Amino acid sequence: MVLKIFFPQCCNTADSGLLVGHWIPGHNSAVVLAVIHYPFIPGQVKKYLSELQSQTQVDLTVLGSWSMPKEGKEGMDSFLKDLSTIFPQKCWLQLSREIGKRGFICQGDKIILIHYDQRKVMLSQLHPVQDVSQKSDIEPSELRLVFQTVAQSQPLFFLDKYDDGPLKLTHWQSEGREASIIAELLKQASVPVCIFLTWLLSLWHWFLLFISSKLSTCVQSGYRAVHFKTVFSPKKAATHMEFMRKANIFVSFLLDIALGLLLISWLYRENRISKLADTLVPVADRVAKELQELLEWLMGAPAGLKMNRALDQVLGRFFLYHIHLWSSYIHLMSPFIERILWYVGLSACLGLTFALSVLSDIVALLTFHIYCFYVYGARLYCLKIYGLSSLWRLFRGKKWNVLRQRVDSCSYDLDQLFIGTLLFTILLFLLPTTALYYLVFTLLRLVVVLFQGVIHLSVDFINSFHLFAIGLRICRPYRLAEGVKFKVLCQEPGTPLHLMMEINPLKCSSVLQCYRTPTYSCYPKDSWAALCKKLFVGELIYPWKQKTDKTD
Amino acid sequence: MAEEEFTDINGNSISLDCQTHSAFCREFTVTSPKLSLRKVMVYTCFVWLFAYAVFFFTENTAVLSSAIILTLVGMMIHIHFVKVDHETLLIIGSLGVQLSSSYASGRESTIFIEMSKLKDIVINEAVYMHSIIYYLCILIKDPADPETVASVVPLFNSSKPRLNCLVQVYRSCQEILAQTR
Repeated sequence: MVLKIFFPQCCNTADSGLLVGHWIPGHNSAVVLAVIHYPFIPGQVKKYLSELQSQTQVDLTVLGSWSMPKEGKEGMDSFLKDLSTIFPQKCWLQLSREIGKRGFICQGDKIILIHYDQRKVMLSQLHPVQDVSQKSDIEPSELRLVFQTVAQSQPLFFLDKYDDGPLKLTHWQSEGREASIIAELLKQASVPVCIFLTWLLSLWHWFLLFISSKLSTCVQSGYRAVHFKTVFSPKKAATHMEFMRKANIFVSFLLDIALGLLLISWLYRENRISKLADTLVPVADRVAKELQELLEWLMGAPAGLKMNRALDQVLGRFFLYHIHLWSSYIHLMSPFIERILWYVGLSACLGLTFALSVLSDIVALLTFHIYCFYVYGARLYCLKIYGLSSLWRLFRGKKWNVLRQRVDSCSYDLDQLFIGTLLFTILLFLLPTTALYYLVFTLLRLVVVLFQGVIHLSVDFINSFHLFAIGLRICRPYRLAEGVKFKVLCQEPGTPLHLMMEINPLKCSSVLQCYRTPTYSCYPKDSWAALCKKLFVGELIYPWKQKTDKTD
Repeated sequence: MAEEEFTDINGNSISLDCQTHSAFCREFTVTSPKLSLRKVMVYTCFVWLFAYAVFFFTENTAVLSSAIILTLVGMMIHIHFVKVDHETLLIIGSLGVQLSSSYASGRESTIFIEMSKLKDIVINEAVYMHSIIYYLCILIKDPADPETVASVVPLFNSSKPRLNCLVQVYRSCQEILAQTR
């Protein structure tokens, strides 16, 4: 069997000492994590290793010896051989390197030396992500075990060469631990801040629950509040996915605010917001006038169809009166609109998604009359259809059995038949008029719903786009690893095979797929067939259903 | 190192390079024919003549500049994403198999398959329209059931060497797999 030794690059030039690492069970390979230098006391080495074992849950042992004789010093071969009796191992590795030569010498046949960058492997996460804590039937592969070992041995890398301990180690951080005072201070300060913010957010969330969930602004702010609870929870992220989720919510929120501030600066620069407010009332008036013209067209002979004059006039006048009420309401509001819009525009500083939700709500409020007309038309049409279907059954001599939920035959009296047939005829001949009104207002309503749907889709996109993962993939590609790459290093004869292991970063498309944030996306509640059926029968349609935040 | 005259399934000549790094580590490189200058010139002339003809009728210079930009962008996309320069198979006994494709612009795309996931390397036949093609492929084990084959990864997709070349690669790989199983 071939023996594989994973050797960190940082230890290539280390002084002679003991190799410390972990044997990977079942795969005949060893991961070298650090080199302990002479002089040392074997008892202290054993004590240190057992301490670390309890801290990291990694089975650390002394793997063998490493010898890199400096100029002028004699070799320590005999000394090294005696060490194998002090630290009993089933397989004692003896690596040595001569100055000037690039290859290592190792006793034994069939050995592969794989060099790896310790820091990158420690920080990297292999995809597809498998939780260490969850029990899975699939046995982790060799590479996954190597990555896990290095990641879990982080406490081993805390001792650097300036520490006054009994042991001197070489690993990737032996030149000194990287840390920053600001990061440490922030970490200390963040816990009480997080607790306070979580308490504030739970209050806000409770308050929002009272307001109707119809306004998309409230839905969006409730959604953001839930997000912040995740981010600001004082518990540290346990798994990689939780950490990515937290980081992404934070980054996404910052981007949102930045875009919102950009929008504000554009809107308020040349006083565009007042110009917008000035055009709002004429636009609303224009819409009202267009609706009026539409109704007058319907009241005449629309597209050459002949309407029932009386019903036509009644419906037409009813809707015209509504429009008259609506435009007088708009005119009443017009002096205040500029002020209101000015303050509402400021709310975009809470984020671009907030601004878009507010826009969606404004559109909904401005087209409220279209919504009302749609509801009236739909209800009327629905009643008519029900009446027609029921009287049609009477016409044929049948009846709907409510108990058995089926159509049964029934013998009617003569006067019942007479009145039923009369009503059926009336409803039938009035059907085209009602149907036409229903059709026109349903189309208008669908246009408005489509526009709102587009806004919601863009809000959803901003919410769910995983900017942090893409940024990580671009700036620190070794953090998200799809696999590894091997390169054969040129060797000298007599030395074992040397390979260089590099991290193969995840493809951008896989990043997006893997880290898509679940959102409250609006999706069509019914299929196309069900929607068409509802439209035909006259049931009120609410095409977008908000699904509650699903966690994967 | 060994180099012989091989052709791919369409008749273009390719070259195979075998390097033995150690007793259980071998690397095979199949090099495709380079981008033909004649083809590039023909395509460019065709596109530009067409653009000039459109310009002659519409008198709009945007047509010419867009044709130039289109040609440049198309060539860059072709070099970076489509044209494969050489494909490499690196087999390391008891560690795994690495497949790498190197494109004409220098970009390299690599996949590493661990030995524990690899069931076998075989030569398979495929019927494509009127011809039968032989291709070398790696059989991947199903993690739940080690006896069944979960997926098949074909090798040398762009170069498509013929059977004589594949047999050489197959024999070398099987030697290593037998040694280190």
